Amino acid sequence: MKIIEGTADNFEAEVLDAKVPVLVDFNATWCPPCQALHPILEELADETDECKIVTVDVDAEEPLAGAYGVSSIPCLVFFRDGTEYDRRVGLQPKKRLMKILGVK
Amino acid sequence: MYDIAIIGGGPAGLTAAIYARRAGKKTLLLEATACGGQMNNTGKVSNYPALEDITGPQLAQSMQKQAEDLGAEIAYDRIVRIEPGFKLVGEEDEYLAKAVIIATGTEPRKLGLDGEDRLAGISYCATCDGGFYKDKVVAVYGGGNSAVHEALYLSGVAQKVYLIHRREELRAAGDVVEKLRSNQKVEMLLGTNVTKLLGDKKLTGIELSSGKSVELDGLFVAIGREPKCDFCSDLATDGEGFIVADESCTTSIPGIFVAGDVRTKELRQIVTASADGAAAAEAAIKYLA
Repeated sequence: MKIIEGTADNFEAEVLDAKVPVLVDFNATWCPPCQALHPILEELADETDECKIVTVDVDAEEPLAGAYGVSSIPCLVFFRDGTEYDRRVGLQPKKRLMKILGVK
Repeated sequence: MYDIAIIGGGPAGLTAAIYARRAGKKTLLLEATACGGQMNNTGKVSNYPALEDITGPQLAQSMQKQAEDLGAEIAYDRIVRIEPGFKLVGEEDEYLAKAVIIATGTEPRKLGLDGEDRLAGISYCATCDGGFYKDKVVAVYGGGNSAVHEALYLSGVAQKVYLIHRREELRAAGDVVEKLRSNQKVEMLLGTNVTKLLGDKKLTGIELSSGKSVELDGLFVAIGREPKCDFCSDLATDGEGFIVADESCTTSIPGIFVAGDVRTKELRQIVTASADGAAAAEAAIKYLA
């Protein structure tokens, strides 16, 4: 699976209307733990097609990050059927992400 | 059954894994989140010898790669208990090892004030969250090196930075304090405590023991760090909970060793954590012989 770059324009189509669980990673280039999280998300994306991963740059997409109340990053927001069902701030191991997403 | 299980994947744990593998020991490293520990919160690392231009996550990934290339196994799990034998009980699984190295590090000390976990706008990491406060008003609470560095970092982003410290004197090194004093964006509020967090969902300000209240968009807490080890109660610890051990990294229980920031020590740096990792691995190897 390919990681998708999320923007205000494609958020509805890619995240809210998605047919599978979506992990949205709110991040920034200046945030060191976001850089540390990236390889974990890439590994997850390589291993499964049962979910989607969307990254949102909080600088480029300030209103979007604001709309979801993001003030500490990396912030991982999980969506199912267009609704947020879980949220984690900070680095997370791949196994936990898979558990939250319900993928094997 | 592993020869050596290492709990914690920061510089201490990763270095221990490198040394254990080079000695041919079957090695498992257990990490709760992502390898790197506090290196993952560090932008530029400027004091690790020979690596003049490296970020914390880059250094972490390169240490991890070295450990894995040498054959160390890494499992992502949070250990909750160590039973004799040794059986390491994690949230996901259980692991058996003949020797254990604890390298769990520290976590930021909390304020212990109402609203701390609920309000947006409270952070323990300026390099992680500083970017949200472009042209905003923030405060750093604390007087040590970390607090002063955070205040300097934030002064490059925010419109105004308060540095609040309970004592009249800062504990940080003189040269950085001077830098801070000459910074036009920084105002120091010394000899006062944060007593109350204001705001409903988002922090709007704080009250101080001096009676003054300050309007803020963000508060960065830098009042020190605490050892991160819930399962260490059987080990000898000091008053603050750090595991007591000298340079040999040997704890009060034979077969359990300690490395890095969670050990009683004077200086907590990446390079001293790595040094501990080597010493602890060496001690564990001797114990297994």
